[in-house]
Amino acid sequence: MKIRKVYLDNASTTPTDPKVLKAILPYFQDKYGNPSSLHALGRESKNAIETARNNIAKHIGAELEEIIFTSGGTESDNLAIFGIARAYKEKGRHIIVSSIEHKAILDACKKLEKEGFEITYLEVDKNGLVSLDLLNSSIRPDTILVSIMYANNEIGTIQPIKEISRIIRNNKLSNPIFHTDACQAVGALPIGVEDLGVDALTMSSSKIYGPKGGGCLYINKKYRIDPIMVGGGQERGSRSGTENVAAIVGFSEAITISENKRISESKRLIILRDHFLQRIEKEIEGVFINGDKKQRLPNNINLSIKGVEGESLILLLDKYGVYCSTGSACSSLDLDPSHVLIKIGLPLELAHCSVRFTLGRHTKKMDVDYAMEMLLRSVAKIRSISSMR
Amino acid sequence: MKKTKNKYKCFSDGKDWVYSKTVKEHFFFPRNILLDETDYKADGVGTVGSPECGDVMIVWIKVNKKTDRIKECKWRTFGCASAIASASMMSVMATEKGGMELKKAQTLKPQQIVERLGGLPDRKFHCSVLGHEALRGAVNDYLKHKNAGQ
Repeated sequence: MKIRKVYLDNASTTPTDPKVLKAILPYFQDKYGNPSSLHALGRESKNAIETARNNIAKHIGAELEEIIFTSGGTESDNLAIFGIARAYKEKGRHIIVSSIEHKAILDACKKLEKEGFEITYLEVDKNGLVSLDLLNSSIRPDTILVSIMYANNEIGTIQPIKEISRIIRNNKLSNPIFHTDACQAVGALPIGVEDLGVDALTMSSSKIYGPKGGGCLYINKKYRIDPIMVGGGQERGSRSGTENVAAIVGFSEAITISENKRISESKRLIILRDHFLQRIEKEIEGVFINGDKKQRLPNNINLSIKGVEGESLILLLDKYGVYCSTGSACSSLDLDPSHVLIKIGLPLELAHCSVRFTLGRHTKKMDVDYAMEMLLRSVAKIRSISSMR
Repeated sequence: MKKTKNKYKCFSDGKDWVYSKTVKEHFFFPRNILLDETDYKADGVGTVGSPECGDVMIVWIKVNKKTDRIKECKWRTFGCASAIASASMMSVMATEKGGMELKKAQTLKPQQIVERLGGLPDRKFHCSVLGHEALRGAVNDYLKHKNAGQ
């Protein structure tokens, strides 16, 4: 069988859409001004980022001053946690997050613990869903912030954001600020902030066929935020640093395309994903699906294959041109298995055997079928070498 | 547990794989795998590791009783590419040049395996440790039965 290249790691990053690339190219050599400069070249760039801001705000139902441009998801998450915590620390020092948040949230929380904050890491059920009762009973008079991701990047689980918002707003002890990391949700799920009931929201350009290096934090104008990048005072003092004009323009273009395609793409991906999943469950023994089967991102497949270690599987698939990822300890920089898989109660042995396929805009049925064939081949090879059968 | 130092670190410059050519070779084409142990009459068996750690290795050896050298060294492993390549290289080292003397097999160091592999990334060094422990286990198992038989 001829080796083809099939990219199934779209949750990690996506290729930039050709329309997006066309839109951002002028900002490197023609329209290269610094938006803070007073001359015509500067004003031109300023206009570009304000147009982008207007567009992005429109798509989520926000006001212009509620969008802070950042370098991406991690910075936005860090800004949300550090910025809100420090701005409201006189009011309270308790923060609630789910235990399966992205490390950009969790590690920021760990740092805040050293600054005297107390963090509650909400346990999740075996599908990765947060318990609404547990959340409600965790809110205290000194709770200032709740951060729960809209959709999980590893297992695709979608949280009941509207219900969570209702719980927070109706709580008798405190009504903390509600932030959600929506990096994986944009392009797949609705992102109207009023409808969702969120006070702050993180978005990343590179997950939606925009360029890497761009993203934003939405934060309702009611609330203050302490900047983590200080200096020139850009973004109304909330995020200093010369704006990455190209990335911002690209992000705006990407979100427009993404929102236009959201409903049709979601439908198409669900069919492809389920076809892949059906074949896997039928043709491979000892497979465990990780994450909720229904409340799940349209493009996400995360499974554990008994006796087949994750890194070895990924590298074999790589040789066959299939690009995906794993939650196995062996593949991570810190040698720990994925915290998400551990928190949903997956036995360590199966956490080491996990593989994640995330389909994308360019994925066709023949790509999925090719990946399936290579998966069968790879699993057979590794199982023949394996001491765990 | 004494921590052995990784003398043969290799760094990834992003151009190629994080692994050396030799590691790749032994990962894609591992030597001395025992596909089915049902009818294999091993002289010694060593098992090391745990599924929770993500690494389990089994080593089967046959010993040349006259020369006290390893005649055959077969294995299977559950683990990452480093673990597979390390086991494969270990099995080659154990059986080349007429076979390793039992005493040498008992004292084989992970650095020796890593050196032959052309180096492993620092954080992967521990994967090579399983190979030499499993071999030692197999040799000890053989010696235990040999002494019990006498």
